[in-house]
Amino acid sequence: MRFELRETRSTALIIGAPVMAIIAALVLAGGLIALAGASVIEAYRFILLGAFGTRSSIAETLTRATPLILTGLAAAVAFRARLWNIGGEGQLLLGAIGVAAVGAELTAGLPSAFAIPILFVVGAFGGMALMLVSLGLRQVFKVDEVVSTLLLNFVALLFVSMMVEGALRDPLAFGWPQSVPVADNATLPRLMERTRLHAGLIVALLLALVIYLIQARTIFGLQSKAAGFNAGAARFAGVPLGRTLVLVACISGGLAGLAGAIQVMGVRGHVTTDISPGFGYSGIVIAMLANLNPLGVIAAACFTAIMFIGADGMSRAVGVPSFIADVTVALSLLTMLVALFFTQYRVRW
Amino acid sequence: MEMIAILGSQGLWEAVLRIATPLIFGTLGALLCERAGVLNLGIEGIMAFGALIGWLAVFNGTGLWTGLLVAALSGAVFGLLHAVLTVPLGLSQHVTGLGITLFASSLAYFIFRLSVPLAASPPTVRPFQPVELGLIGDIPFLGPVLSSQTAPTYLAFAIALVLMYVLFRTPLGLAIRMTGENPHAAEAQGVNPVRVRFACIMVGSAMMAMGGAFLTLSAFNSFFPTMIQGRGWVCIALVVFASWRPGWALTGALLFALVDAYQLRLQSVLEDSIPYQLFLMAPYIAAIAVLAVTARRARVPQALMKPYRRGER
Amino acid sequence: MSQTVALRLSGITRRFGETLANDDISLSLERGEVLALLGENGAGKTTLMSILFGHYSADAGTVEIEGRKLRPGNPRAAIKAGIGMVHQHFSLAENLTVLENVMTGTERLWLPRSRTAAARRKLLDLAERFGLRVEPDRRLGDLSVGEQQRVEILKALYNDARILILDEPTAVLTPPEARQLYQILRGMARKGLSLIFISHKLHEVMEAADRVVVLRRGRVVAERRPAQTSKDELAELMVGRRITRPVRAQATPGEMVIEARNVSVRRRDAIGLRDVSFTLRAGETLGIVGVSGNGQSALGQVMSGVLAPSAGELIILGRRITRADVPAQVRAGVGRIAEDRNHEGVVGELTLWENVTLERIGLRRFSRFGVIDRGAARAWTQEVIDAFDVRGGGPDHRTQLLSGGNVQKLILGRNLLAMPRVLIAAQPTRGLDEGAIAAIHSRLLEARAAGTAVLLISEDLDEVINLADRICAIVSGQLSPEIRAEDADARRLGLMMAGDWGMEGAQNAV
Repeated sequence: MRFELRETRSTALIIGAPVMAIIAALVLAGGLIALAGASVIEAYRFILLGAFGTRSSIAETLTRATPLILTGLAAAVAFRARLWNIGGEGQLLLGAIGVAAVGAELTAGLPSAFAIPILFVVGAFGGMALMLVSLGLRQVFKVDEVVSTLLLNFVALLFVSMMVEGALRDPLAFGWPQSVPVADNATLPRLMERTRLHAGLIVALLLALVIYLIQARTIFGLQSKAAGFNAGAARFAGVPLGRTLVLVACISGGLAGLAGAIQVMGVRGHVTTDISPGFGYSGIVIAMLANLNPLGVIAAACFTAIMFIGADGMSRAVGVPSFIADVTVALSLLTMLVALFFTQYRVRW
Repeated sequence: MEMIAILGSQGLWEAVLRIATPLIFGTLGALLCERAGVLNLGIEGIMAFGALIGWLAVFNGTGLWTGLLVAALSGAVFGLLHAVLTVPLGLSQHVTGLGITLFASSLAYFIFRLSVPLAASPPTVRPFQPVELGLIGDIPFLGPVLSSQTAPTYLAFAIALVLMYVLFRTPLGLAIRMTGENPHAAEAQGVNPVRVRFACIMVGSAMMAMGGAFLTLSAFNSFFPTMIQGRGWVCIALVVFASWRPGWALTGALLFALVDAYQLRLQSVLEDSIPYQLFLMAPYIAAIAVLAVTARRARVPQALMKPYRRGER
Repeated sequence: MSQTVALRLSGITRRFGETLANDDISLSLERGEVLALLGENGAGKTTLMSILFGHYSADAGTVEIEGRKLRPGNPRAAIKAGIGMVHQHFSLAENLTVLENVMTGTERLWLPRSRTAAARRKLLDLAERFGLRVEPDRRLGDLSVGEQQRVEILKALYNDARILILDEPTAVLTPPEARQLYQILRGMARKGLSLIFISHKLHEVMEAADRVVVLRRGRVVAERRPAQTSKDELAELMVGRRITRPVRAQATPGEMVIEARNVSVRRRDAIGLRDVSFTLRAGETLGIVGVSGNGQSALGQVMSGVLAPSAGELIILGRRITRADVPAQVRAGVGRIAEDRNHEGVVGELTLWENVTLERIGLRRFSRFGVIDRGAARAWTQEVIDAFDVRGGGPDHRTQLLSGGNVQKLILGRNLLAMPRVLIAAQPTRGLDEGAIAAIHSRLLEARAAGTAVLLISEDLDEVINLADRICAIVSGQLSPEIRAEDADARRLGLMMAGDWGMEGAQNAV
């Protein structure tokens, strides 16, 4: 058996790959559901019901998709330039805690129109700072950014824990370790009455579009793409590799930090250590499922959100642990990798 | 003063060996994979799965050693998956490894929830007991420290010695190292790099899973999600620190455990003045600092992370 | 010398697509003989040796070793039959010791312990017998290239090779190392080994070989004994062609565009440049010939603004070049053709328009405030496609889909359509078919006629003779004295490329 590079890649193949990958992941996860003694069809029906069944479940799914779009973009932007940012989780946490630190009092007197953008920037800076640490370690000391971003996730989590139990602790929280709440002027407006769906979704969608346009229409987008695919040719064409990488790191870290900020300002109002149920890690899967396309990230984030929100409802209905959502999402990453391989190679027997 | 006194306490050194054991398993496992040229970032998830499946086996009535064996086998299976994806298909070792980690850990939580109903306190098993050492136990200081350790700790040290011997004293070890350095040269001299890589990834992953199982079968007696806490990533860093040598991996794991055990005790001494989280960060920051110092001059296996395709250079 | 035949090749033929790499080649090697295989790049030497060693199988013909037919296409069988191959690029592991490199794979895998002591004895024994001094426990990466080569030879001998094949063994060696190597090889032949070495260095062939077989365009064109021939004759046989220069206008050199004085470039992993000096004027073409790997890459890159000179003075279009600055170079009007299309020339995953405009994307005609004017970029790409007859895709197709010739036309087009004042053309036709070569040649002549100064770096002698007004050879990072193209003939170019500069060329130097 040999693998041969395909000369051409049809559009059908490129769009078909993630679809096939998700179907394969769902089939494999179906095996686990069956193993758990439930009816697979029932379970998937309840997942869909849980994610779309009611107005509020749809809102909940979209609310969940919001940070996922941002962490997915963070990973997609970095991976495109071959910068392996696996630190979305930690960057998100730093963004969140930064917002809590500034948004509780410093910006409290400002009108929302100023406070919200300022806090967005603060959140983005939080994530950016952490990513730049890893980039610096890579450029100066040759420390693999995969390992450093992974390890810094734990440092960031402990830092947040330290803050919510220390300097930023909310004295009114009956002893719960949570941060002071951001002032009301920083709360994102609701998009649907009596749901948690907030304007952060619009921001995330807009950013996906902006990132798409940056990648497709700007010099920086073209240069970072070229640098990622073929650093040698990019260098020959005069692409400033170092500067491009720094900018990519800033955007990637900033997006993850913004995800944290939006989660605080739109959903929680304050920070706890469990503010992110693995949004950063899911972002990696989402980016791969989207084949690093920013608009594809929206669809992939929705798929992931559907799985997570739906699985909660399904778990209550048929008793299969809701961790099945995590399993399915992880499986879809592996199946997507294989699917991508077969868009590039054909098998010869 | 008290900060120095801690270093002389028996409890500290008991803890060092206990904390080091899963790291030794994990680091040696990762080291074996990388010596053959494949980075295995599945380690974090494989450790989680090993922790669960070993514990679950014992919880369901098998012996402790059988539990450890079950964990090792499960690790080998995940290793096989990683090998299939990264060796013949040549997929990105970074992304594949992360995928394995996400898959293995979420599968572990899923199975845990499935087999153990929610309860206020997680169910426990009777873990490995300290090994009776007879006369050695009477040696002052060292005796009691060693007497508090369980058999898997000795197994970890034994594996380190065996790995050292195999890698540097046998034709097989030479074949493994050549495969990690230059698979084309290995092939030209009649070694099959694909087979070597498969074997190393599977055996290495089995070791990782045993490291996880040590946590649930010796260090603790129950399983809970998030119990791996980045230990796998620390192991990946330790491999670089060790410059891919098993002896140094052992040393690195012990040093790292010393930092960890020391900060735990220091916490209780300095409780009020410094937030405990700073102490907990210390191991991770130490790992990064160690990488920053050693990464530049580490002797990386030259073919690490480079997929091997016959006839292509 | 005994008269037994160690190796006989009969009627070896091998095609790669359209090209006939080996055309009915027959030759034999006697025991204890040193045979040199002489030929230019692309003459079919390496293909022939790969067939012999089993990397490829021949379309026709047989290989016999000591009277027995060799199973084709199987390196293992070749090793077992006693063939040892020393590649130009070593198959060694830097982080392992000499002994470990030699021992890998020589023992049963499941042996509980390596028999290191016995292996060390055998290695030292071989080293002693054949005069290849090595220290078994040194880390390979700490050895010089020459020492590494010894290890590679010993590895073959350790596997009981009786016939050794060396592919361009001196390409990576310094002259004293090379002399020493040939002494060692002669000694090995005296002890009964049979050797074939591939070379295009005439003096080495004359010095070291018992017999020389000259290959050209896949055929054996001559067989000589050094005593019966001369370097001059060999050079002419190797290059072979009658030099027929196309009729073309005399160059009318204009203003000075490149002045290089003692330019040096240090590189860690490849040959750099040493004290290179030349000048280039508008409307003329300077051709740099040479065997690959002699500093052409460094020359092309430093002129293209990718590398900075580490010493000396380089003035291009009136600007002193002190650091690597591609955009400035492009803005100033330097067109650049990278020597490796796929690794430096284009990014295969990008579209045609992206590749065509990548190096000029910052110019106002393609972007404003960092936003690309895709209309302008596409239109310009279409112009390149039309003007240079690029086939296989429009501006929005992925560049990977184009054939090599079309990629090269694209690269040439994106440079020439911008009317550069200088064109750095590194290996502009490497690996292309005749049609594409002709197209590119006529474009380069047009550019010269339009007043562009062309620096042509090429391994193809025909190309340089056809296009250049003046010619230098590059050898080990140094430039030979230059000659006028009218004075170039096969013999003289062959000698120049072999580093045999004599001074007869110098008196004609411009």
